[in-house]
Amino acid sequence: MLANLSLSVKTPLRIAALVIMTAVLVTAVLVAREREELRRDLVSHSGNVARVLTKTLIEPMAHDDAWRAFEIINTPFRPNPDLEDKQVAEIVLVLDTGRRIYVSTNPRSYPMLGDPVRIDPDFAVVQRASADLATSEPSALVSPASSRMYMVAPILSDGVRLGTLVMGYSPSVFNRRFQRLIQQAAEVTLLVIAVLVPGGWYFGRRIAKPLIELSGAMEKVGPQVPAHLDYVPPRGRDEIGRLGTEFERMVQELRRKEALERRMIASDRLAAIGRLTAGIAHEINNPLGGMLNAISTYRRHGPDDPMAAKTLSLIERGLLQIKETVGALLVEAKVESHPLTRQDVEDTHLLVLPDAEAKDARFEWSNELDGPLSLPSTLTRQILINLLLNAVQAARPGGFVSCTTGLRDGCLQIRVANDGAPIPADKLQYLFEPFSVLSGDGHGLGLWVTYQIVHQLGGRIDVRSDNNETVFSVLLPLNEEKCHDPAEAVPG
Amino acid sequence: MKSGIRRSLLLGALLSPAAGCLRAQGPVRATATFRIGLTPVFLDDQAAFLAVWRDYLEQRLRTSVVFVRRGNYRQILELLNEGALDFAWVCGYPYVRHRPQLKLLAVPLYKGKPLYQSYLVVPRLDAATRSILDLRGKVFAYSDPDSNSGYLYPQYSLRQLKETPSSFFGRTFFTWSHRAVVEAVAVGLAHGGAVDGYVWDTLSQMHPHLTADTRVVQRSPEFGFPPFVARSSIDARSFAAVQEVLVRMAAEPEGRGLLKRLNLDGFVPGQPSLFDGVAAMLPAVAPG
Repeated sequence: MLANLSLSVKTPLRIAALVIMTAVLVTAVLVAREREELRRDLVSHSGNVARVLTKTLIEPMAHDDAWRAFEIINTPFRPNPDLEDKQVAEIVLVLDTGRRIYVSTNPRSYPMLGDPVRIDPDFAVVQRASADLATSEPSALVSPASSRMYMVAPILSDGVRLGTLVMGYSPSVFNRRFQRLIQQAAEVTLLVIAVLVPGGWYFGRRIAKPLIELSGAMEKVGPQVPAHLDYVPPRGRDEIGRLGTEFERMVQELRRKEALERRMIASDRLAAIGRLTAGIAHEINNPLGGMLNAISTYRRHGPDDPMAAKTLSLIERGLLQIKETVGALLVEAKVESHPLTRQDVEDTHLLVLPDAEAKDARFEWSNELDGPLSLPSTLTRQILINLLLNAVQAARPGGFVSCTTGLRDGCLQIRVANDGAPIPADKLQYLFEPFSVLSGDGHGLGLWVTYQIVHQLGGRIDVRSDNNETVFSVLLPLNEEKCHDPAEAVPG
Repeated sequence: MKSGIRRSLLLGALLSPAAGCLRAQGPVRATATFRIGLTPVFLDDQAAFLAVWRDYLEQRLRTSVVFVRRGNYRQILELLNEGALDFAWVCGYPYVRHRPQLKLLAVPLYKGKPLYQSYLVVPRLDAATRSILDLRGKVFAYSDPDSNSGYLYPQYSLRQLKETPSSFFGRTFFTWSHRAVVEAVAVGLAHGGAVDGYVWDTLSQMHPHLTADTRVVQRSPEFGFPPFVARSSIDARSFAAVQEVLVRMAAEPEGRGLLKRLNLDGFVPGQPSLFDGVAAMLPAVAPG
């Protein structure tokens, strides 16, 4: 899914994701640090308040002046809109030496003479800690049960313990501040993201743009190189710049190669036409000489000479030979014929068998067809006969010829092999041309005709030759569909 | 009430020619300063008001006036006895205790009478308490050990109820001002408190939020209002001059404005017998 996404989206997305991740990570680290700072701040602030309060409380405690003591502990915590949510203790207690409440900031819940532990068992932690207090310094502790923070400080007058100051800080105070901190951090982060993400998006698109242009230009280069690519490689010698330059160079190479191929095809075609013309000229020229001699003889002797009839028949044979040659060149596909049956194929076996026997060659025959096929029988038989006769002719004396016919993926497959001398590789490409150099006794049109028929039937023909055997494979489609490469069906 | 005012006006009329004479002769005391001690018998935390009142007195007396404030009654009385103060506004209780050393200068008129009450207040949330007896073992706030309404009367009434004041409450403490008694009861620090009725009434008018959280359970019989006193060694001219200025306040618009801020109706010279009721309670706190 992501792999298929365009770089024009993916790169900006990645940059945006990176920006967001960075922002979130930095914020998280800062928030964590700030949280620690906040905690330390709270402890140091409440420690300072405790130090001041214990000093101030000495006199009223010594004089048993509860009201002064009450006023003193209340002063830093008077309801004040400015102080709201700041480091305001939830409860401040002054305990007497009997650990009962001397005064508290909340006398309704923590009345004078009350036992704080009975009012809130959470204070047991404080009572234990206050008993252990060795120094005059305030000490901070956190109740595991309520996660309330306590600042406990002894009230000492000349080394004598007059009482204990206890300040309880609700975790909600801390949490509220922390929440606000997170909220602020989130706002700042969002702001940063809001500013950076569009920038990141823009830069992402800029980074992706040359690659997208390059890939767009590459897509246009299909089997053929278009004349105008409209591609300007990016400036600079960085990787993308080099890629663009290399691509341009490749396109130029492709164009050169294409031009070369075109020239080669043209010269090949000219050569083929030349060979064809030479073959036709030769085939026609051969009888022409005899025929012209016959005409000159006829003129000399007159029509009454018994030689005349002989001469005419000579001319006739020559003309027939020319007709045969021209007829073979004009392959006519539209021959009226019935659909191919199994018997049509078997007939070719019978036709070729004597030739093979004459050569003492083993004839391996395999015909897997049964029902009639929608292929013209005459043409298919011609293909078979041409290939089989060639094979028998090419086979070594006492060698073998094999023929396999069968159906494969909606195609008729014909495979004809022999153990004759291998066809040189440089000759293979001219094999299907008329008047092929390889043709022995024949006029050199057999394979050319076969090739024409196969093409007219929409099939394909391939040849493979090595030291062991030479194999011709033909695939003829029964329907409109194309046939697969027969090479796949020809093992090793 | 009407007779009180009439009497004060009469006194003012009688004294005015003399005052006119004095004015013509110059200031009462050209070189010295009148030093007046103030105690928390009234709302003494109004610095701006005191400055205006001082200016008023200086203008009338043609001499400088200094208000001296201390945290408790005792310090003011000590200063008075030492001669460091000329006059003081104190409670009836120290007045009757130190009657030989003090001269009654003037008594404020509250609601037309030179009288006031002691209130027993409890937190508003406490709906159950009906009398001081319901506060046994509780925390109780007194205002000042030298206060009649804030200490002597509750001690006396407990004695009358056959209780031992020193052990009746679970814990007691002094707030050193009536206003603080109201605050201590309002926040619940004390379950009950004894407070000057005049202070409570005035607070409920001027700072209703302070008294809103308290409830008056009982009101005492009327006692002589905390008086202005002079040290016994004061010279007669100064005594008369200051007394006249105080008594005349109700007759002047400016003076009435000041009295209004004090929530008082005026001053009368007053009779020492006005404080016999306070004196009668003295045995309640007598040692032994």
